[in-house]
Amino acid sequence: MSTAAPTSALASYDDAIARYEPVIGLETHVELGTASKMFCGCATAFGAEPNTQVCPVCLGLPGSLPVVNEAAVRFAVLIGLALHCDIASWCRFARKNYFYPDMPKNFQISQYDEPLCTDGYLDVEVDGEIHRVGITRVHMEEDTGKSLHVGGSTGRIHGATHSLVDYNRAGIPLVEIVTEPDVRSPEVARAYVDELRELIRALGVSDVRMEQGSLRCDANVSLRLRPAPGEPDAPFGTRSETKNLNSLRSVERAVRYEITRQATRLDDGERIVQETRHFDENAGRTSSGRSKEEATDYRYFPEPDLAPLALSAEYVQTQRASLPELPAARRTRLIADHGYTVRDLVDLRNAGVLDLVEQTIAAGAANPVAARKWWLNELARRAADSGVTPADLAITPADVARITVLIAGGELTDALARKVIDGVLAGEGTPDEVVTGRGLAVVADDGALTAAVDAAIAGAPAIADKVRGGKLNAVGPLVGAVMKATKGQADAATIRGLLLERLGVS
Amino acid sequence: MTDHPTSPVSQPASTSVGAAGGDVTRLTAAATAAAIAAGELSAVEATQAALERIAKVDDTIHAFLHVDGEGALAAARRVDQRRAAGEALGPLAGVPLALKDVLATRGMPTTCGSRILEGWQAPYDATVVTRLRAADVVLLGKVNMDEFAMGSSTENSAYGPTRNPWDTTRIPGGSSGGSAAAVAAFEAPLAIGTDTGGSIRQPAAVCGLVGVKPTYGAVSRYGLVAFSSSLDQAGPLARTVGDAALLHAAIAGHDALDSTSVDVPVPPVVAAAARRDVRGMRVGVVRELSGDGYDPGVRAAFTAAVETLTELGAEIVEVSCPHFTYAMPAYYLIAPSECSSNLARFDAMRFGLRLGDDGQAGAEEVMSRTREAGFGPEVKRRIILGTYALSSGYYDAYYGQAQKVRTLISRDFAAAYEQVDVLISPTTPTPAFPIGAKVDDPVAMYLSDLCTIPSNLAGGPAMSLPVGLADGLPVGLQIMAPTFADDRLYRVGGALEAALDDRRGHPLLDEAPAL
Repeated sequence: MSTAAPTSALASYDDAIARYEPVIGLETHVELGTASKMFCGCATAFGAEPNTQVCPVCLGLPGSLPVVNEAAVRFAVLIGLALHCDIASWCRFARKNYFYPDMPKNFQISQYDEPLCTDGYLDVEVDGEIHRVGITRVHMEEDTGKSLHVGGSTGRIHGATHSLVDYNRAGIPLVEIVTEPDVRSPEVARAYVDELRELIRALGVSDVRMEQGSLRCDANVSLRLRPAPGEPDAPFGTRSETKNLNSLRSVERAVRYEITRQATRLDDGERIVQETRHFDENAGRTSSGRSKEEATDYRYFPEPDLAPLALSAEYVQTQRASLPELPAARRTRLIADHGYTVRDLVDLRNAGVLDLVEQTIAAGAANPVAARKWWLNELARRAADSGVTPADLAITPADVARITVLIAGGELTDALARKVIDGVLAGEGTPDEVVTGRGLAVVADDGALTAAVDAAIAGAPAIADKVRGGKLNAVGPLVGAVMKATKGQADAATIRGLLLERLGVS
Repeated sequence: MTDHPTSPVSQPASTSVGAAGGDVTRLTAAATAAAIAAGELSAVEATQAALERIAKVDDTIHAFLHVDGEGALAAARRVDQRRAAGEALGPLAGVPLALKDVLATRGMPTTCGSRILEGWQAPYDATVVTRLRAADVVLLGKVNMDEFAMGSSTENSAYGPTRNPWDTTRIPGGSSGGSAAAVAAFEAPLAIGTDTGGSIRQPAAVCGLVGVKPTYGAVSRYGLVAFSSSLDQAGPLARTVGDAALLHAAIAGHDALDSTSVDVPVPPVVAAAARRDVRGMRVGVVRELSGDGYDPGVRAAFTAAVETLTELGAEIVEVSCPHFTYAMPAYYLIAPSECSSNLARFDAMRFGLRLGDDGQAGAEEVMSRTREAGFGPEVKRRIILGTYALSSGYYDAYYGQAQKVRTLISRDFAAAYEQVDVLISPTTPTPAFPIGAKVDDPVAMYLSDLCTIPSNLAGGPAMSLPVGLADGLPVGLQIMAPTFADDRLYRVGGALEAALDDRRGHPLLDEAPAL
């Protein structure tokens, strides 16, 4: 395995894309979140003791036979429909034959020339611009086991003394989603994977956790010279396939690296070798895997142990009708209904509070801005501080909605609201119960407040004179004094108004 | 409706315990079960008799790879206890049976006749085995076979050849040669075989037995170690059509563990076997399967059987199935292609033989060394053939074309069954040949299955039953029927068997030399 890539002499990225147009296609594997495996009844939970979720079927013992998991088919159909694909009325599984110790049967049950879903698309937005990425196909297959190479460095097979195989993952249902070579930049590649992840999460068919490998991405990258004005596009160049990118950042970085690497080679008059490559996250580089010349002939043929899959039009229609609201439609609705911006939605999603904000609005929040503000700033931070997800906080969207109403009605200040949240999170009851229990209501009684205002003026005559003389900004210390006297339970703006009124300058 | 009679089919008096001269090993399965149910014979006695017979003759025959005497006697005792407790017994309760060593069986080795699985114990039972146990059948042990069911003589077993009880210098057929020899040598009244291209019918024919390949999908393949998944089917070997029907009924039926198992009622095979009436049935003689190069003795016995069917009131029609000519080449592309993939799992990683793991060799080298030493030459030949036929650039010309031939053969059958109820042919072109005669000529060996392969490719059921002798060796007649019409095999077979036994005055197997 050659890892000696020229690192010093790479072309700059800007220079590379000025002259070359990148052509990018993505293949994404998604582990489906079914309770049992693709072809047997074994459990699929992540992180179990090695080789405890296995049986004769997923171990490929002699004589065992596969039976298709109906839920996996349904999940794959939902993905296909959400990607605007055609769903095949008749399709088959195929065997992909190659020898590897983590593959129990030494063939993978997959789909070849008869995939379940074909010919769809996914729209991806980058910087306000929509990029339509064609989906060539979505097909079903089974995952392999996991090899652990022991005794070498960094867990790689090179230099290892022996290998251990965990077959818990063998037979977990996967879909492979293949795009057309429609993507033209690393940013769109990343956004595509991001959007695809959102889509699949919205469908509830996978937890799409890239760090756990339940969503893995391979990037096919080639370059071609940008045509001179008026010239037709050049044909596609030779591509490399960078495997197993396991974060959005890696997708973007690996594609970016490949663009500079290939541009450098092409500039040097060298040819691009069709090969698989591996991305080293630490080094930020890809290195050569196996080339096309050494590539396995998979000897695909229809899987004779499984009957063809013939889905009726009614079945597909039923699945289509069961599709939840998809991320793009949801974004459009949230922008239209609540006045959010695209940026707001990205922030809310990244903070993991989009659902919570929607639920808070539905529970009667004072307004969408307040719902967004409290979840995004205060609550997301508290969740992060406690190492939990916002949804796991001991405060409900209804509680948050109530707090925003109390603030809007002048019954709480932001500072008081934070104390209410403290109380709710501490299990002291609903926001109203906390307000009562902790005595946190805003001092709205004009009598008490007026007395405090008069006391403050009397206590600082020099400042009072300044303000009377027109220096309105000098009123600050007086506001502070009143706040202190009322223990923060009065609204600052109200206090300021009262002070100015009493000083005759309002 | 399913066909599980609560009482065994009545048998001619000649097979009662008394008339068998006290030798219970010569009883049919039906008579054995009836005697046990009636209290004339215990299941333990029947099992003991079979075990003694095995001890006496199997050194010569070498049908068994593993005899589970203890397990068999324990199963027999349970049957006797249940009878003593007054429980109703099934139609095969207490009947001993020999199991082809290609079916996964708890508590016994499963070798598939291969060195690569030497000593391997399956942690689960094949569905066929589960059903046999549930029917209180007594499993005597595992019997010999061509390695991974690839062969027609049982000479491809890694554990040495099995001998034909009619002439121990000759082959018992294959790949279910151990199954056939065990039944023909009276070591067991019943055996399970598997049939991919004729592996039940050809051994049945050359050993003078009844053997049936049920409709593909009728009997679960779960636990049947696959040779060629789209062709393999387990089925019964027995001395009579009635016994075969009882065993067929016991093992057939839908199984959720096998996606190619079909959820249709088991045809009424037991009733059909007892019907003994073929008047008005239209029987087609396949022109392409009775031609040149067939042994004259085979042709004579076949012709005589056709005349007997005419006498019984069947209407004989000659039909042509022109694409059957291409069945053999198509089979030798499809079966090796599937086997090249099915046998990939024998890689030393998880079970079975492991060679060359010296702490230095990589996984690929261990796989390679193990497969090199663990597979015999015929298995390797077929893996290589199949790997080639599936490889990029050759797939369409070989595997793809073969699948088209398969469709054409199915159409030939469909057209023929518009004219006739069943088709017949000789089962094999020749009787049993001497051990060693064809080991160096694979194609000559492959021709043993010339007549049987079309049914595997099309999926329909087929039976071989003994119709006479050629130079003292049994000749089989093959009956083929449309898919899911397995009962027609038993109706024609039962009537023909009864007529031939009547004419002869005794079952053909009585003419086999004593061992």
